[in-house]
Amino acid sequence: MTNNKDVIRRNALSRGQLIGLAALLAVACVLPFVVSNYRVFQLTLTLVYAIALLGLNMLTGYNGQISLGHGAFYAIGAYVAAILMDKFGVPYWLTIPAAGAVCLAAGFLFGLPALRLEGLYLALATFALGVAMPQILKYKGFEHWTGGVMGIVIVKPEPPEWSGLSQDRWLYFVVLVCLVAMFVIGWNLLRGRIGRAMVAIRDQPIAAQAMGVNTAMVKSLTFGVSAMYTGIAGALGAIVIQFVAPDSFNVFLSITLIVGVVVGGLASISGAIYGALFIQFIPNVADEISKAAPWAIYGVFLLLFMYLMPTGVAGFIRIVGGRLRQRRMR
Amino acid sequence: MKFSPNRRHSLIAAAAAAALGLIGTNAAAQKKYGPGASDTEIKLGQTMPYSGPASAYGTIGKLHAAYFKMINDSGGINGRKINLISLDDGYSPPKAVEQVRKLVEQDEVLALFQTLGTPSNSAIHKYVNAKKVPHLLLATGATKWADPKNYPWTLGFNLSYQAEGQIYAKYLLKNKPNAKIAILYQNDDYGKDVLKGVRDGLGAAAAKMIVAEATYEVSDPTVDSQIVTLQGSKADTFINITTPKFGAQAVRKAYDSGWKPLHIINNVSASVGSVLTPAGLDKSVGLLTLQYYKDPNDPQWKDDPAMLEWRAFMGRYYREGDPKDAANLYAYLTAQTMVQILKQAGNDLTRENVMKQAANIKNLKLPLLLPGMGLNTTPTDFFLVKQGQLAKFTGSQWELFGEVLSTSD
Repeated sequence: MTNNKDVIRRNALSRGQLIGLAALLAVACVLPFVVSNYRVFQLTLTLVYAIALLGLNMLTGYNGQISLGHGAFYAIGAYVAAILMDKFGVPYWLTIPAAGAVCLAAGFLFGLPALRLEGLYLALATFALGVAMPQILKYKGFEHWTGGVMGIVIVKPEPPEWSGLSQDRWLYFVVLVCLVAMFVIGWNLLRGRIGRAMVAIRDQPIAAQAMGVNTAMVKSLTFGVSAMYTGIAGALGAIVIQFVAPDSFNVFLSITLIVGVVVGGLASISGAIYGALFIQFIPNVADEISKAAPWAIYGVFLLLFMYLMPTGVAGFIRIVGGRLRQRRMR
Repeated sequence: MKFSPNRRHSLIAAAAAAALGLIGTNAAAQKKYGPGASDTEIKLGQTMPYSGPASAYGTIGKLHAAYFKMINDSGGINGRKINLISLDDGYSPPKAVEQVRKLVEQDEVLALFQTLGTPSNSAIHKYVNAKKVPHLLLATGATKWADPKNYPWTLGFNLSYQAEGQIYAKYLLKNKPNAKIAILYQNDDYGKDVLKGVRDGLGAAAAKMIVAEATYEVSDPTVDSQIVTLQGSKADTFINITTPKFGAQAVRKAYDSGWKPLHIINNVSASVGSVLTPAGLDKSVGLLTLQYYKDPNDPQWKDDPAMLEWRAFMGRYYREGDPKDAANLYAYLTAQTMVQILKQAGNDLTRENVMKQAANIKNLKLPLLLPGMGLNTTPTDFFLVKQGQLAKFTGSQWELFGEVLSTSD
């Protein structure tokens, strides 16, 4: 029931929410000018992860399909961008839609057979994809394109002269524009008919079918769109890092993405941002606290988040906001 | 107390004095500081795989921290303490890029030291050269780290894979000029690097001497069929360019199949514990390999002063480290080399001068290197380790023989 209410409530943004969003966007535009290039670079990566997390959240949060292999789509997106730039001299901004298209197709095709698998079985099937990807990228037959284990070094895009920005700041804004576009598309998709169908399939698959939802189609499409988001993030990530190699996309990346989705908040658009902040910054914090056992510290953080915010950061903020509103009404 | 810091210090001091004498006096005159250096501190940065698939190598970074603590306890370098900022990159190239950017842009280190792993270093190669940050003593053997023309700020430590291949080739040319050589190599950059060294070393004779080549993928289950193919070529010499698992398989199969060629196994797979023991010590008798520093497990160095000094250090400053792990000895050597570069730089601690000194190491004889070996660089030659000595396996240990060989001979 709550989910239905959520969907209805998200049908339109209140004026307060609009003002909040505008303020957030303004902060996002000013931020890169007040911090160092290195911090800008970190923030850019955060935005990249946020796009990937939104994609995965569509699949896992809204549609209830668990994927432990989204790192593979991130890798495909990254390699599409890198190969197009390195071997064909395609300008960087054109590689982003190309990576999205390739991943949409790959995700849709992978989603078709995977449809027969439910829950944990699908999780394992996608896990297989994630585990296999680094070795597929090393395969000799593709080496001419992928550069084998050595990967591909990409030239960092030069900002256009009129902008007067540094490379890092320019890339930040490129990624920010992509993020806003992807979020608007995602918001429109999720609050409409398709979004409701996705949620219905997650909660009551039989009822959804009885009501005429084409379960198979919606599920495959969700998989495809989710992969497309992740692929676009992969392409942006490759351009920001300036390097792709099979070792960059091991199975841990897939796990990290799912961690980000759950920590940020399942079935929440804003959750993607919180999740991205978590996966970008918490490992660094953990490493600063202890060199000997950074992952133990990371684990403690994860446990704390899960205990204190069982519905993710987005859910926590929603609950706190609701309480405040109730108190005001009294 | 067996530990004798004075002796080691006098050795380093002597080496430093000799080096300073050679490069002239322009370094010592007035104090000059670049980023990360001051009257009291020299800031170095590194990335290490403390987590992830290569975390076994994390001990290298921990040993560095312990070594610099010892240096700082005894007064630092010209009164300046070394502050090593060592960050975890989990052996992931994107993480390495992020951490190195932090080290360069936020912590503002004077130089990077021993960043580990070929993929991670590949990812930061262009960046550090664009930023003109000394990228020193990389912990990887790829040959591309010695390219002063295109990457004047990157200088690796390890004996390069190509150099190793060249030394094997030169040994064969001299001692077995009619050898018919079969080569097995791993199909990646590392394998091709060693192979290129062998081919370059043989020169014009390569076409005649190499009678068979076979490759394998890291994902292959065994190399048995490759060994059978190579054996079929009637080769009498076998150069085995493999990583440990495949090294052990190849040693066993080459023996069991009755081939028994002159068998050269590359340094990567020369570990008695992880390669020769599983292959069978009796089947490994007569193997040749190349070494360049003393093996802590080798009984012949048991009472060697340098080894005793290293063990004393391990006991005092790095008790949790494993004194059987050769990586800890390697890390000690690299830290000593870094200290030498900083001493050579004197009071001119700019990035330019640190790089200049790194490219002007003259016959640095570190006591843990094999006897007779020295480290050398010039502004046009960034191969720091160019020498090694061949060793033959006796059935229980590697026995060094012949003289120290180098690529330039």
